[in-house]
Amino acid sequence: MVIVSIADLAVASGDETLVTYALGSCVGICLYDSVNRVAGLAHIMLPWSKEAVSTENNMRRYADTGITELITKMIDSGAKKAQITAKIAGGAQMFGAASSAFNIGERNIKAVIKILETYRIPIIASETGGSYARTVYFHAQNGTMEIRSANRDTLMI
Amino acid sequence: MKLSRMEDLGPVHYDVLKEIGNIGQGNAATALSSFSNKLVTIDVPNVRVLGINQAIEYLGGPDNIVTGILVRLHGDINGMMLTILQSGFIKALVEMVFGRTPATPFDLNEIECSFIQEIGNILSGSYLNAISSLSGMTTDVSVPYVTTDMVGAILAVPAVEFAELGSKVLFIDDCFTFSEGFNEKMLTASRSNMILIPDLQSLGNLFDKLGIS
Repeated sequence: MVIVSIADLAVASGDETLVTYALGSCVGICLYDSVNRVAGLAHIMLPWSKEAVSTENNMRRYADTGITELITKMIDSGAKKAQITAKIAGGAQMFGAASSAFNIGERNIKAVIKILETYRIPIIASETGGSYARTVYFHAQNGTMEIRSANRDTLMI
Repeated sequence: MKLSRMEDLGPVHYDVLKEIGNIGQGNAATALSSFSNKLVTIDVPNVRVLGINQAIEYLGGPDNIVTGILVRLHGDINGMMLTILQSGFIKALVEMVFGRTPATPFDLNEIECSFIQEIGNILSGSYLNAISSLSGMTTDVSVPYVTTDMVGAILAVPAVEFAELGSKVLFIDDCFTFSEGFNEKMLTASRSNMILIPDLQSLGNLFDKLGIS
């Protein structure tokens, strides 16, 4: 089991499983080349790196730079870009719609969709929005994304 | 005082924050006692400055299920305050007040839910009153927002809004012990955590008001 922490990413293959815990407004992006069985998972926090106000220089935190790095790493591990498909989860608003004027979860989702579009990577499944956290397990063997939430049924997409 | 990082705080500042923690906890114990009709005693609170990631680990790891109550602060102090209640605390409180033990923190009816929301309101109000009584600073508080979910996702809310994963928060560890009276059987001891996420300028202003540079 390869643990991907918040604002990080990792690539796996064979019978390995990637896991990332407690996606709230963050988005988990699972990329998969089913021919070469190369899987990648990124846990992003914010949409665009150019909007960064932070002095911290972690480019894995943003959807645009994070996804770009993940694709590069997967190609390095033997994936073919034209064969990569995506599954995404997260983008919730943890304390409900009234709690914040700007819905960062929704903005994250929009950014992820746009960035994947630019790379021509089709999103074949998604489980986003709402106001609950999701833990994601991504199995490199078959590209199954397993989504676990508190007090909800586990989803396989 | 101009604070550029939370790490610039020294021992004197910690002492002040601990004292705020002490007074706040005393206020909170009084309120909890009147709610539960029990004797509530407190331990000296532990005040620390932690990174958000450290706070998540301390609270049981990212997928631990807790109840978080969020209030936003506007005025002399800007930022947010999160009250984190572990499932055991929720069960104990509901049992003492309603005489029913919920199986999980999700198993609450409407009245019990608004009771928990009120507890969060009281706990965060207790600390904010401590700040304003010491410093004379006034702060408006939003309505409390409550959710029961994974602690990693709950603490990501301040992490995202302050845009710094490495940003520091004030972490206050409280322990409340409930009993029927002095020298009587202890009913339960429950821990709660207050997390204060002020913007640095407000924190600097607070120390100025208190005459500490």
